[in-house]
Amino acid sequence: MIMYFSERPYIGLPEEEVVRRRSFFGLPNTYLDANHGAQLLNEYIDEKVYAEELGFDALALNEHHGTPFCMVAVMNIEAAVLARLTKKARIVLVGNPLPVVGNPLRLAEELAMIDMISGGRLVSGWIRGTGCETIFNSANPAYNREMLNEAHELIIKAWTQPGPFRFEGRHFHYRFVCPWVLPVQKPHPPIWIPGIFSPESVTFAARNRYPYVALSTGLESTIGMWNLYAQTAAEEGYQAGPECFGYQQKVFVAETEQRAEQLGRLDMFGGTWMNYGRPEWMFPPGYNSREVNRRMAQATTSLVRNVPVPEQFSVEEEIRKYHGADYDAARKSEMLMVGTPKTVIPRLRRLMRIIRPGVLGLCQNDGPIGQKARLTSMRLLADEVIPALKETARELGLEDPFARRIGERPLPASGRPDPVASMEELAS
Amino acid sequence: MESMQTTPAQAAKEWTEERVRVGALDLAMVRGGAGKPLLVMHEELGYPGWLRWQSALARERTLLIPMHPGFGRTPRLDWMASVRDLASFYGRLLRQLRLAPVDVIGFSLGGWIAAEMAVDNPAQLRRMVLVAPMGIRPPLGEIFDLYNVTVNAYLRASVHDPQQTPEMKRLFAAPAALAQLEAWEDARIQTARLAWRPYMYNPSLPYLLEGVSGLPTALVWGSEDRIVPLSAGHAYRDALGGSRLEVIDGAGHRPELEATDGFVGLVREFLS
Repeated sequence: MIMYFSERPYIGLPEEEVVRRRSFFGLPNTYLDANHGAQLLNEYIDEKVYAEELGFDALALNEHHGTPFCMVAVMNIEAAVLARLTKKARIVLVGNPLPVVGNPLRLAEELAMIDMISGGRLVSGWIRGTGCETIFNSANPAYNREMLNEAHELIIKAWTQPGPFRFEGRHFHYRFVCPWVLPVQKPHPPIWIPGIFSPESVTFAARNRYPYVALSTGLESTIGMWNLYAQTAAEEGYQAGPECFGYQQKVFVAETEQRAEQLGRLDMFGGTWMNYGRPEWMFPPGYNSREVNRRMAQATTSLVRNVPVPEQFSVEEEIRKYHGADYDAARKSEMLMVGTPKTVIPRLRRLMRIIRPGVLGLCQNDGPIGQKARLTSMRLLADEVIPALKETARELGLEDPFARRIGERPLPASGRPDPVASMEELAS
Repeated sequence: MESMQTTPAQAAKEWTEERVRVGALDLAMVRGGAGKPLLVMHEELGYPGWLRWQSALARERTLLIPMHPGFGRTPRLDWMASVRDLASFYGRLLRQLRLAPVDVIGFSLGGWIAAEMAVDNPAQLRRMVLVAPMGIRPPLGEIFDLYNVTVNAYLRASVHDPQQTPEMKRLFAAPAALAQLEAWEDARIQTARLAWRPYMYNPSLPYLLEGVSGLPTALVWGSEDRIVPLSAGHAYRDALGGSRLEVIDGAGHRPELEATDGFVGLVREFLS
């Protein structure tokens, strides 16, 4: 199953302003021209519709707050528009930041309406929200995971238990739960858990038999998370398989290598994810477990810098580095794939052989890439790359969660799970 | 723990750490000095260790410094969700140890805790010193957001002139040891659990303080406080009838470190 994804950035920022702050988050919104932003939002919606026409199986949406990195602050609105404009693609939310939305009962209603209007095409996803989302929404980071768990419990109940009923949680209190909008998918829409760092999210997904979608986490650390999932699944009594796993890969395709290269370098705008937010905003207190903090303190590579921003640095040098050395490193590590269909297909196939995802998301622009180039990339992906990937998925037996239910695969008699990824392929 | 160590000059250890059983909780408490007890409420980044001002006051007072639950040395109490909860918990501690009425001094978040204890039961306190307490929304300006900056930046903002504040380096060394980083993280988590929203104040506190009587109170503020604006000091003074506001010129949020001698003199005089 192939998804289409894009961050839908605001285009037209002075790059040096992002770099000077080392943060997309919190850039003053005086840089936002609402009319220009409106045009971009509509272009991005049109691209989702186009993705369906081109044959992508699913449209993945996300949301961020207080940042030009992703203009969609309320993805349920975008999803509602797509629910009506599209006909067959799954609408996959990766995902709703449960601990920061404040009112999970209203979220249950919004999602139910998206599922109803789309004719049952919603895939719901829960995330914790980055630390920046926590700051922006003034949601207490110390209770982040508690609120995620409690909101999750409430939403599932609101969708599946006859109302009216009462819900008394620690963080959420409702004395009259009786939504008059309910998902048409029964018992409720599929739920996928997207994630970046937290082992807790992986085990949460495995225990609940939800697919885990790794958001461009790099192959090696992704294998680590897959193994943790498989181990947890074994404890739950089932063998994990491709249906348990989704992976988002950034890939940019153009008609020539040279053109693709230009786009790839543009995509490094502002330092990309590495400068999503300053560490004090990304990791507010209690957001990470002590174990994760220790691991991050020792990690040499990470999607997000976990070191304080230096007081003195040259903005020009940083920008040169992002579009130069950092770009080369992203290419080398395959965090970023760019090329012609002919050159990206073997790399994507290798990725599929290594981590065997049932769902593969192809991520497009994070940077200031014009619409013509975006559409060309999508078209080339659809015409040449996706058919090849589907063939590979068939050969490798990469079933998605719709083709096979999680938990159906029996554990080997030994009780030890079979491998879910291939280290040999990684080494090759 | 590193930050709990005395300086070499204080070779003879002036303090000990003990455990006090309160309900199911083992509360860590530092005890030092001799004389009438003085209860000390530490600040939002945790207990900074035995410093010069404590050493000075310990000559005539027994300092009792409970380590707030959840700040690392004392385990977290899961039910505790507000500064008022914590203040009531300390009321129980005072009853249990038969300490009331006791003198209390509180710093920043600790000042707010002491003020809530006064609201809870003014009779459990004898005299109260609040050093740049949080707890009341400043009429002018806002309380500096601990969660918007790194710990180092917060500590730097808490003193007016770091170069002229020798004990600043006792508060943090760069790079900080993992144990210190984790202690700060614990402190920041627990502070978030107590005072995330509204940030570091209780809207009802000034009204409830108006009902506190018979509790002599000194409010101590640095004229250059960037963490809790001095306007909050005026609001405290207005709410607490009979309180006095002492402004220390040229100090920031940590007058006990920035102007130790003047600070100690003032506290000593007020408590005597």
